[in-house]
Formats: sequence, structure tokens, C-alpha cells
Amino acid sequence: MTAAIAVTGLTKRFGNRTVVDAIDLTVAEGRIMGFLGPNGSGKTTTIRMLCGLLHIDGGTGECLGLDIRTRAAEIKRQAGYMTQRFSLYEDMTVGENLDFAARVHGVKDRARRVDASLERMGLTHRRDQLAGELSGGWKQRLALAACILHRPRLLLLDEPTAGVDPQARREFWERIHGFAAEGMTVLVSTHYMDEAERCHAIAYIAYGHLLTVGTVAEVVAGAGLSAASVAGVDPELVAKLKSLPSVATATAMGARVHLAGPDAGALGRDLDGLHVDWHAEDPNLEDVFIHLMAAHPEGGR
Amino acid sequence: MSFSLARLAAMMIKEFVQMRRDRMTFGMMVGIPLLQLLLFGYAINSDPKHLPTAILDADHGPVGRSVVAAMQASRYFDVTSMPGDEARADEILARGEAQFVVTIPVDFSRRVLRGERPQMVVEADATDPAATANALGVLEHIALHAADRDLAGPHAGLRQGAAPFDLVVHRRYNPEGETAFNIVPGLMGVVLTMTMVIMTCLAVTRERERGTMESLLAMPLTPMEVMLGKILPYIAVGYVQVAFILGVAKLLFAVPMVGSLVLLSLVTIVFIAANLAVGFTFSTIAGNQLQAVQMGFFFFLPSILLSGFMFPFRGMPEWAQVIGEALPLTHFLRIVRGILLKGSPWGDIALDVGAMVLFTAVAGAIAIKRYRMTLD
Repeated sequence: MTAAIAVTGLTKRFGNRTVVDAIDLTVAEGRIMGFLGPNGSGKTTTIRMLCGLLHIDGGTGECLGLDIRTRAAEIKRQAGYMTQRFSLYEDMTVGENLDFAARVHGVKDRARRVDASLERMGLTHRRDQLAGELSGGWKQRLALAACILHRPRLLLLDEPTAGVDPQARREFWERIHGFAAEGMTVLVSTHYMDEAERCHAIAYIAYGHLLTVGTVAEVVAGAGLSAASVAGVDPELVAKLKSLPSVATATAMGARVHLAGPDAGALGRDLDGLHVDWHAEDPNLEDVFIHLMAAHPEGGR
Repeated sequence: MSFSLARLAAMMIKEFVQMRRDRMTFGMMVGIPLLQLLLFGYAINSDPKHLPTAILDADHGPVGRSVVAAMQASRYFDVTSMPGDEARADEILARGEAQFVVTIPVDFSRRVLRGERPQMVVEADATDPAATANALGVLEHIALHAADRDLAGPHAGLRQGAAPFDLVVHRRYNPEGETAFNIVPGLMGVVLTMTMVIMTCLAVTRERERGTMESLLAMPLTPMEVMLGKILPYIAVGYVQVAFILGVAKLLFAVPMVGSLVLLSLVTIVFIAANLAVGFTFSTIAGNQLQAVQMGFFFFLPSILLSGFMFPFRGMPEWAQVIGEALPLTHFLRIVRGILLKGSPWGDIALDVGAMVLFTAVAGAIAIKRYRMTLD
């Protein structure tokens, strides 16, 4: 299988701040790669470097077999980039925005392709509405429609579902899987754990460093965490649990507290010592991410 | 709710904090009054002196020399050339190299001494009546007494009463001294400067401010495509403005249109391009639309004051004239007034067109150089 994205040592500095520090990332063709990490971790910067929107300060790599340093113009022709903030023209209608994108990309048989795209996204009846008047979910659909009009081979989506309702998110992900089935490679950044689980593979980035990469199962297993569930909601109890040396993360979940830590034996002994009602359970992705962030030398906690 | 000083203070503190954040706006709040003070205080002079004057002296006699000396002494006239014949003198006036041409006919001195009251013809370039009015007023006074020393002894009687020669003033190109004939064609350049600079600057800055620049940069567009695509629609708008102003100038103000309108519209494209290049350059500096408008104004102010639009160009001190020469509006005003009022052919305006082309090339190069294909 060939790689749609293959970069090594990708680095970006703003002034003397290193925002992305020597990231190695490979995404196989036709795969959906979830890109996760806290705010300000360097996700957007990485995506922008991949599609030629930012100069690269270090590292090398290719997108679609094209050098990202020298052939950005060709990459732009074959990639679709959906920005985190809505960046189409709010004072133009849905139809006008798509027509503009189609013209710039030199799409053949433009009118028909725009129609087909409107149809596919369920935007046909909103064709003459100003983009600025659309609600969040519809804006997201329009933005997606605009960046797939030219049938890109690579789709870069920067937090496409932020602020969108569950129903719309579900539909959105069905489309993403549809694109992947057609052979499109997708790199999608998100904060939602359920979305991460819908990806073929995930990459987790914090403080500009790539901390882990693999399938969800691999990432969870690789972290070597054990988890437990404790009955109780008392804030005092939660504080006490958090202070246990064997506990890395403690999250109140309704009537129970979910705990995770690197050492299963120590965790069991500590909980038995507290005489609480507890049972073991599987660690989840969130446990892994919080643990990775805390364990990182730059992690402040 | 009653009025709360604490809430008022909160609001005011917030405004000051934001004001301080926007360095450019803060700078403009200081810079614009300073610029206005300097320009109005030092550069502008509605009583222009030292106007370039050509003397066509066919007499070479003492009386003519006395008159010329008196003119120089008045400080309103600076003799800058001595053309050999009438054709050359005409050319000097047409090209705007001199504001006045004074013709002293053959035998002038002898005929003055004989008491024959010969004619002395002064032709003025009256396209801008304000530039010549005071000088011509002074000239009447000079004529009365300039020859007094030559009229000694037996000729002393000629000193009495009217001037010993007949001063004939021709106000060329604008015989009635209509201010509108000067202002209305000039307005064409002023309106174009204002709209073209601010419009292009806003058009680009808007993309950045609204975040649409990110999508635009991710598309396969070259900088030249973006720049031309932004600029060309405004050239069309500029031409609509020109046609409108020319129509109004003709219908409402009866401004004479002696020269070639085809030539004028060809040259206008250079002027529009010059302003668009400035607007595009500003847009690569301005962080938001407010700053874009402020920068546009910062360019517009010296353009309108130092170009000769509002105040006579020749009345300004040397340094202000140097700045004026660097502005495209100065050259465009000369061209428009030249073509419409004087009927200037290509040869007479080529130098001014060249200056505008140079300006456009420099501003365009800066714009292209500063335009970034990336977000950093």
C-alpha cells in the first residue's frame, strides 16, 4: 500500500517557539487518520504545512508523492482542505461559493458537478441562500462540499465537526467513510473520542510532539493502563482517589468514578485499602491521552 | 438601572486597552494631525511666487530690460527661459514649462520713448486661475513705473498718468478664468485616487479579516491570478467613474474638451493601475479593514494637497514639490488638464505618463514582493 502522507521530522517555529517539533507521520492511501491532541498542540499548524499554507522550518515529506516543500502548488490541486473556522464567502450564496471553487479548480462540466454536489450534501434547496445565514451544521456541509468538488485524492479536515449536533456529526462521518471507500485519504482532527474510534488509525499530538500513533486498540494497549470503576459521587471521595499515587486520571461519571493508572496491582491495593466498592474495567482512549499528556516532560501536571 | 461610574470606567478602560492594541490606528491618530499640520502649515501657499516665466525679447532694448528686471524684483516672476521665436515660446507654455510668456516686440524701447505706447503681450497659462491671479495683478502695477528710470530728461513727461506702454494680457486655455474648468477635470483624478486605493486595499484585507484568505490560499491560485483578479474589476469601476465625471463636466459645467478623449482614456489606465498597486501594497501591510482605510487616507491627504489639485503646485516650497512629483495624482492632473483644456498631444504629456508608469512599476513590485502565498 502506498502512503498518501509521509513526513519525517516535520518542524515549525514561530519566532523562538517550536509549535511542531519533528513529527513523523504516515497515512496509507484510502485510510481515515484521526488527528487528536489538546488545543494549541500543533494540529492545525501540521495540517497547514501539509497543504502548503505555511513554510516548513525542518523535516521533509511528501503528500500524494509530491514534495511538500517544492510542489505545494500541485498538492493544492489534488487535495481538499476544510478549515477550522468557516472560510467561504458569507456574502455569497451557497451556489455562488461552489461555482467559485469549481472554477478555480478548473472542474470540467462545472454546472452538473455543482448540482451533483449540492444534491449529495442535501444542499439543493439552500442553493440561493447566503452562506453567512446558514447555521453551523449547514455551513459545515457547504465547506465540505466546496473542498471535494474537484475530487481530491487527499482530504485534510481541521476540526470539521466542532459545534455540530450529534445527528449532523453522524451523517458527516458516514460521508467521510463513503469518501474513503472511493479511495480518498482523509486526515481529520477532532476532540471527540467517539469520532477517534471511527477512524482507521489515530495520531495523538501534544506540545508539538507526536506521542502515539496506531489503531485505537493499539494505542490503548500500548499505553499499558489499567482502569477501575468506583461507586460514589462525593467530591471529597474524588479528591481522595485522585491523590492516590497509583491513579493517573479520575473522572466522575454519573454515580461512579472512573479511574486509570499504569500499575494494575498498585491500583487494586490502593482501592482495597480505602474500602470502597470498586471493580476493574477497560481503560479508554481518554485515559490514555490524559496519561500521555501528564507523563510528557512538558506536561505541567 | 441607574448610571454607574464603575460600569462607565470598565467600558472606558476596555476602549483604551483596545486602542493601545491596535498600534497602527494609534499611530494614525497621531500621524494624521501631524501630517495635516505640516502640509497646511508649511507646504500650502495660496499666493504662489517665483512663477517660471519665458521672455521673448525681440527688442533687446533698455525699457524691456527694465520691465523684466522689475518683474523679477517683484518675486512673482522668475525668468527661466529666453525662447528664440514664437513657436518655441508657444511650446513652452503648452508643455507647462512656464506659467507666463512675455513678448517684447521689435523696437519696443524706441517706441516707448517716442510716446507711441507699443504693446507688450503677456500670455498666461490660466488653466489654474488661482495660480496666476496675484501675479497678473502685480504686473499691472509694475507696468506703471518700471520704465520710470528710462523716461528721464526729455521723456519725463511720459511718466505721468497711464503706463508708457500697453500691457495686453492673454489668459490662455481658460480665458474667463473659470475655477470649475480647473477643479472638475482634477476631480477625476481625486475620485479615482480615493476609490481605487481604498477599494483594492479593502478587497484584499477583507479576505484576511474574515478568514477567507485561508481557503483562498489552499486553492490552486497563483499570486498574479489573485492580484489581477482583484484589480481588474476595479479598473472597470474606475472607467465608469471617469465616464460619469466627464459627462457631468461637459453637461453641467461646460468644461471645454479640446484634446483627444481617446488619448485621455488610454492614459487613465496607467493612473488607475498606479493607485491599485498602492492599494494592493497597503493591503499587505494593513491588518484589518479599519487600518486599510486609514492607510488609504494617509496616502490620499498628501495626494490632494500636494498635487496641485487644491492649491497651486508652483506655490509650494521645493521639498513639497519634490513629494508632489512622486505622487501619481500630480502627473495625472497635469495630463487631464493638459488634454482637456490645452488639447495636449501625446508628446506634451509623455513625461508625466512616464512618471506614472515608473510609480506603478515600483508600487507593483513592492506589492508582488510583499504578497505572501502562505499564512506566515
